[in-house]
Amino acid sequence: MTPRRQRMILVGLVLLGVGLAAGFALRAFQENLLYFYSPSEVAAGSAPAGRAFRVGGMVADGSVERAPGSLEVRFVLTDFAHTVPVRYTGVLPDLFREGQGTIARGRLSADGDFIAEEVLAKHDENYMPPEVAQSLVSPPARSE
Amino acid sequence: MRKFWHELASPPHFYRLAGRLSPWFGWVAAVLIVGSGWAGLFWAPPDYQQGDAFRIIYVHVPSAWMSLFVYVVMATAAAIGLIWRIKLAHAVAASCAPLGASFTFLALATGSIWGKPMWGTWWEWDARLTSELILLFLYAGYMALRGSIDDTARADRASAVLALVGVVNVPIIHYSVIWWSSLHQGPTVTKLDAPSIAVSMLVPLLTMSFGFMCYFAAVLLARVRGEVLERERNARWVRQYSGLS
Repeated sequence: MTPRRQRMILVGLVLLGVGLAAGFALRAFQENLLYFYSPSEVAAGSAPAGRAFRVGGMVADGSVERAPGSLEVRFVLTDFAHTVPVRYTGVLPDLFREGQGTIARGRLSADGDFIAEEVLAKHDENYMPPEVAQSLVSPPARSE
Repeated sequence: MRKFWHELASPPHFYRLAGRLSPWFGWVAAVLIVGSGWAGLFWAPPDYQQGDAFRIIYVHVPSAWMSLFVYVVMATAAAIGLIWRIKLAHAVAASCAPLGASFTFLALATGSIWGKPMWGTWWEWDARLTSELILLFLYAGYMALRGSIDDTARADRASAVLALVGVVNVPIIHYSVIWWSSLHQGPTVTKLDAPSIAVSMLVPLLTMSFGFMCYFAAVLLARVRGEVLERERNARWVRQYSGLS
């Protein structure tokens, strides 16, 4: 075996070893890498009780209620199987609207409401001009 | 064919070739970046949700792609340098790092500027954002490691191993939005399905990416020339070239 061949195998082994190590490490931390839980997971009780976590889903159509004269807002997050009612007081991001993917960070209260400390809008991977969006059969619902 | 590769790896030959090619890449890059910038800002229609704010995509996405592409080039050059003991390949890898770090920084900065109004936050520790930040640290670590070793041959070998180890991060960055639920959206263009972006928005994005690629080629070649001159400063061809002897 030539030295060059040995070095080639060595480089291959380094790549393989690091790849395997990273793969196992990521599998072990799978749960911590999940950025949010879905409403179904919350309903199934797999979301942590007692500590803050994130829940992500679509804002259900017609569920956004704003309290007049304050920044308090209530809405329902859904993954079309289960729902989580959310309460939040604060400024909402530009993309927040009914039918929009949204992530709320906070904790579950005793009455089953999710008290959010932070609400983030999740953008999807679709980009299109407004005319195209309007011509789609089911355009995304807008709350404005 | 063999002769071509042998000539390419010879520093004086590469030095002259790179000097001839670099301006061509530079001009193509300038035309493409200016043209696509104009098309992205004025010709492409506004997005149905984000309005004009989506136009940052024309800087963010090409720089994010380049941040990964440059790393793959750097790691490949490092592997070639390690296996075949080609000094020129190490010079290429060393020249890639600052460029890759700049593209990574640009991707992170433009993403953050877009994220504040759209998501409602400058920064979140989600899988895509965190793995891209690790890429920036890999580039920085690579440059720091090179800088800390005086002997060029030892610096080449040590940093090449670091570059190879870091390559595991590249697929993690790409698949982070598919493997884990993340705040960052999934892939729009680089998927097996048809791209989920209107053609009039996609065309400037692709030409801009090609412009970034040409810019990288132009600057990389110029950087490698400088790196080669410094490494070969005692060689006869450099002394003849610079009129020192």
